[in-house]
Amino acid sequence: MTLPIASIAPTGQSGVVVRANTVKRILTNPMGIIAVVILTIMAVVAIFADAIAPFGENFANIAKTLAAPDAVNLLGTDSAGRDTFSRLVFGTRITLLSAILCAAVAIAIGLPAGLIGGYYAGKFDSVANWVTNVLMALPGIIVLLTIRAAFGPSVWVSMIAFGILISPGYFRLTRTAVRSVRNELYVDAARVSGLSDSRIIARHIFSVVRAPIIIQTAMVCGVAISIQSGLEFLGLGDPTTATWGVMLSEGFKNVYLTPTLLLWPGLAIGLAIGALVLLGNAVRDALEDAETIKPVKKNVEADAPARESRESRKTPAAVAAGTEHHLLRVNHLGVGYPQADGSIKKVVDDVSFHVDRGEVLGIVGESGSGKSQTAFSILGLLPDNARIVAGSIQFDGKYTVAPGDDTVVQSRLTPLRGARISYIPQEPMSNLDPAFTIGSQLVAPMVKVLGISKKEATARALKLLADVGIVTPTRTFAAYPHEVSGGMAQRVLIAGAISCEPDLIIADEPTTALDVTVQAEVLDLLRDLQQRLGVGVILVTHNFGVVADLCDRVVVMKNGRLVEEGPVREILRTPRDPYTITLLSSMLEDKEPMTMLVSSAKGSASA
Amino acid sequence: MIDSAAPTLLSVNDLIVEYPGKGFRAKPFRALTDINISIAAGETLGLVGESGSGKTTLGRAVLGLAPVTKGTITFEGDDISHASRRERQRLSRHLQVVFQDPYTSLNPAMQVGDILAEPLGIQGIGQKASRVRVKELLDQVGLPGDAIGRLPREFSGGQRQRVAIARALALSPKLIVCDEPVSALDLTTQARVLDLFLQIQRDTGVSYLFVSHDLDVVRHISHRVAVMYRGEIVEQGPAAVVTSEPEHPYTQRLLLASPVPDPDRQEVRRANRLRLVETQREQDVQAGVAV
Amino acid sequence: MLTFLMKRLVAGVVVLFAIACLTYALLYFSSANIARNILGEYATQEQLDAKSAELGLDQPLIVRFLGWLGQALTGDLGSSWFTGQSVAGALVTRLPVTLALIVTAIIVIAIVATLLGMAAAVKRGWIDRVVQTAAVVGDAIPGFVLAIVLVTFLAIQLRLFPATSSISPDSPSSAWTASLTLPVIALVINGVTGAAQQVRSAVIKQLEKDYVRTLRSRGISERVILFKHVLRSAAPAGLTVLSLQFIGMLGGVVIIEQIFALPGMGALAVSSTTLGDIPLVMGVVLYTVVIVIIVNLLVDLANGWLNPKVRVS
Repeated sequence: MTLPIASIAPTGQSGVVVRANTVKRILTNPMGIIAVVILTIMAVVAIFADAIAPFGENFANIAKTLAAPDAVNLLGTDSAGRDTFSRLVFGTRITLLSAILCAAVAIAIGLPAGLIGGYYAGKFDSVANWVTNVLMALPGIIVLLTIRAAFGPSVWVSMIAFGILISPGYFRLTRTAVRSVRNELYVDAARVSGLSDSRIIARHIFSVVRAPIIIQTAMVCGVAISIQSGLEFLGLGDPTTATWGVMLSEGFKNVYLTPTLLLWPGLAIGLAIGALVLLGNAVRDALEDAETIKPVKKNVEADAPARESRESRKTPAAVAAGTEHHLLRVNHLGVGYPQADGSIKKVVDDVSFHVDRGEVLGIVGESGSGKSQTAFSILGLLPDNARIVAGSIQFDGKYTVAPGDDTVVQSRLTPLRGARISYIPQEPMSNLDPAFTIGSQLVAPMVKVLGISKKEATARALKLLADVGIVTPTRTFAAYPHEVSGGMAQRVLIAGAISCEPDLIIADEPTTALDVTVQAEVLDLLRDLQQRLGVGVILVTHNFGVVADLCDRVVVMKNGRLVEEGPVREILRTPRDPYTITLLSSMLEDKEPMTMLVSSAKGSASA
Repeated sequence: MIDSAAPTLLSVNDLIVEYPGKGFRAKPFRALTDINISIAAGETLGLVGESGSGKTTLGRAVLGLAPVTKGTITFEGDDISHASRRERQRLSRHLQVVFQDPYTSLNPAMQVGDILAEPLGIQGIGQKASRVRVKELLDQVGLPGDAIGRLPREFSGGQRQRVAIARALALSPKLIVCDEPVSALDLTTQARVLDLFLQIQRDTGVSYLFVSHDLDVVRHISHRVAVMYRGEIVEQGPAAVVTSEPEHPYTQRLLLASPVPDPDRQEVRRANRLRLVETQREQDVQAGVAV
Repeated sequence: MLTFLMKRLVAGVVVLFAIACLTYALLYFSSANIARNILGEYATQEQLDAKSAELGLDQPLIVRFLGWLGQALTGDLGSSWFTGQSVAGALVTRLPVTLALIVTAIIVIAIVATLLGMAAAVKRGWIDRVVQTAAVVGDAIPGFVLAIVLVTFLAIQLRLFPATSSISPDSPSSAWTASLTLPVIALVINGVTGAAQQVRSAVIKQLEKDYVRTLRSRGISERVILFKHVLRSAAPAGLTVLSLQFIGMLGGVVIIEQIFALPGMGALAVSSTTLGDIPLVMGVVLYTVVIVIIVNLLVDLANGWLNPKVRVS
């Protein structure tokens, strides 16, 4: 995204730039335009009501009741002979004012409370939360009825009361937003710079809250209009003011005679609330667009699934002769994601390698090298919008991705996954379902894949937990994921990966999230299991130490391409590709401390 | 090497940090116990430890972002353990920070130029002067001059970390607390950013309190190293000594746990580690300590 | 578990008490004309004073409140100042209508919203667009306007349903069905779109979680992943929406009951507050708040069962 030069200010809130774009986005969105136009018209009508309305709001022509529309009474008259059009116009004023009053009260209470509660937490926050819970437990209309009984039928009193009732919405919204940024490091950085709390809130925090508040306000105004006209409809409003709700009530009384009396106020209410909802949505869309400039647009290809089903019906050809003995062979694989402009962005490009039984292959690369994408294509677990753009994958002499396939054919991989190919993820905690015990998450796959009874699977699971070095298998079996440590959870995931005696394990950065000492233990475990079970392993990692510890062979990837392949000693000791050389030279082990690693140092003076 | 006569810039004495416990009348959680460290001018103290060891908390306590329950933190002779926001503002000229995550340490809604100008503005430096300084800073950390008008999300992780470093350098501080500043970066990027840290120290004589979980990183950049374990400093001394012949059992385990990029040397290291763990366990059993 | 329940119950009682105090204090402002309201325009000043004394309106607020509270604690909510009917009696005949209406609507919303939301999240494509558009439209049309449209067309113009109703707990079930169908439809249409949208985003959020991929890698079928794992983790979000809708409906039915002329609690609420029938108003408020507290407690219990992490803390 390039920004106009003029908008670059050396200091001050740069939120201006974002905001200008947001307004533009709202106004280029048809929904946004419709909403803005409707609301503008209503505002104009409300302001110039006295000039626009041909009659006073309560001017009654007793001789002309329930009249049909004519040149004098554009929309007819009601049962008291009052002009429907004029009353509609005056109703607009009351309605908009009451919505604004309600939102203003709610913001005045909810926003500061949310800012303070979210930023400082502590006692104020607890009290505010309690009050919020009480207010949210109150059925709004019943309370408003009580308020009306106490203070009489004033629109303004009910709207102030409703504003108070609805303020928890703002409080919670603000508080959540503030909480989410309060511990952001950039707020810490501002505090280190000595910025005062009020300036931190104004400069760094309020900008986060601003957009959600605008959206919420559009919604709240809609609800306020709905509630206010609902109360008036019940006949609880001030009978001397013309409002849409009163008109609706009046129309409903005469529904058998002139149902059109219902139509106009109903339409007005619908239009007003509809416009506010559309506006809220347009603002949200505009902001979401602004945030998702970079990420890949999802679901671009609507016609792709059709092609997939065509491909899956085709029985795949036999694999190339002489390659059947490889446990896994990836041949000229390309993986890509369709872009908004119709092109396909390749993340894996022309990658070929193989893994034999009992062999450990390391795939090494930095972020964006396509190493994980390669691993997920083997498992058939790429995101839905991923496309196989070239090449094939064969497992145990049969294609899982045949030449010409453009997506992973799940029917070929489903029988293999879990049973013959299994997976060890990177983050131990997020890869266990927090709602189920560790035991049940181990047992279910075994029952499904191995077809054994639950009892048998339980016995196996307990043995597996002991095998992966968990000292208290029974207790861990019954525990929930949040009750065990990260290292423990990773052992559980390893137990899950070997539970159905697979031929190939794909481990995606299995130790990256762990502390170094725990990493060493988990590496010991992996090596031990691999040797004991004779299983093939693909180890995806960025760490050459881990490679040296476990791997037999290594492939090095960069920007989706394979740059070098070979036995582990050859790659680590005598790398040929310049990229591999750079990677290895970036390692700190065995380097002279305090010297430049890659830069042409201005003088590597090491005293 | 650092002149041993260099004046002490920061010293932390018998520091205890406790966080209030969750819930009513809960026991406070003790994050740091009896911490003693000091940093001389132009010196780097590396702070190494595992997650939850308290190394980040120590950095935050120095910055005034963690509550000091007991003990003192002295900077240039002034006690800053309980410095007010106003004192912090004065202090921020000399004491700065670079955080771990270059994605959340920069306000996504602010342009890089504004981010860099913020600390200058707080110190009352005028717009013109600050614009010149921002250009200088970008040049110093190796970013193009047009970065001023761009948003953080337009930069890669390594470039963002350079922006964060530039922000820390803006007021030419005497000490920068670096909290895991390279652990979110790729290997090659990490190497370049470490080079940058070293170059800046050579050029400006700034001191670093360099927090990391990676012993290799700490060894590479530090003059002295302190090892933290469960909220305490278990060992500290010259980098070469602590990272090659550690005394404390935990440091010994830590040193041997990190794998080396050569299969045969790694096999030796692995064997050494298993032997060490075994010996330590026996010692613990003899000492009657439950493991 | 038991301590959790006790804690919530105590908290509920505290809330109930706070609301009772607040409401009573508010109603104090409305008691100026009550004797006049009861006795009519032509009552003499002596008659008015006598009535005021009889009702205790001449007493200070705190004395009146303590008197009411003492009675309420023994389970006696008094009787209506206007009809003389006991408050509990009046509520017991009215409550079933309101609860039947709301509970039916919530159950229908829960089922339909779950199915729609999951379909939208999993299938994406057109059904997703329909759910998202419907959510906007549903937000835009206030429930009572929709109810008016329904009653005008289906009951008054087409005469498919009765436009008014006089059901009571002992009416035959056919009368209940006939009377409640249309109002339930009105409530469901209004609530289901928003709930489906919430379920959709909750399910999508879960589907993007790492553990779903790991479950797939273990050979677990897509159906089990969806209905056993994803739905369970998405359920708390759905339950929260439903409980908020339930609370909203407790107020909203006041208008709905008026439109469909249903003899529920809503009509009682309107008439008692309009007249200033303090014992009846207090009864309505207390019953409503108790229902809200029970619903919130049930949701908390369900969330605790669904999410073991909450259960512990």
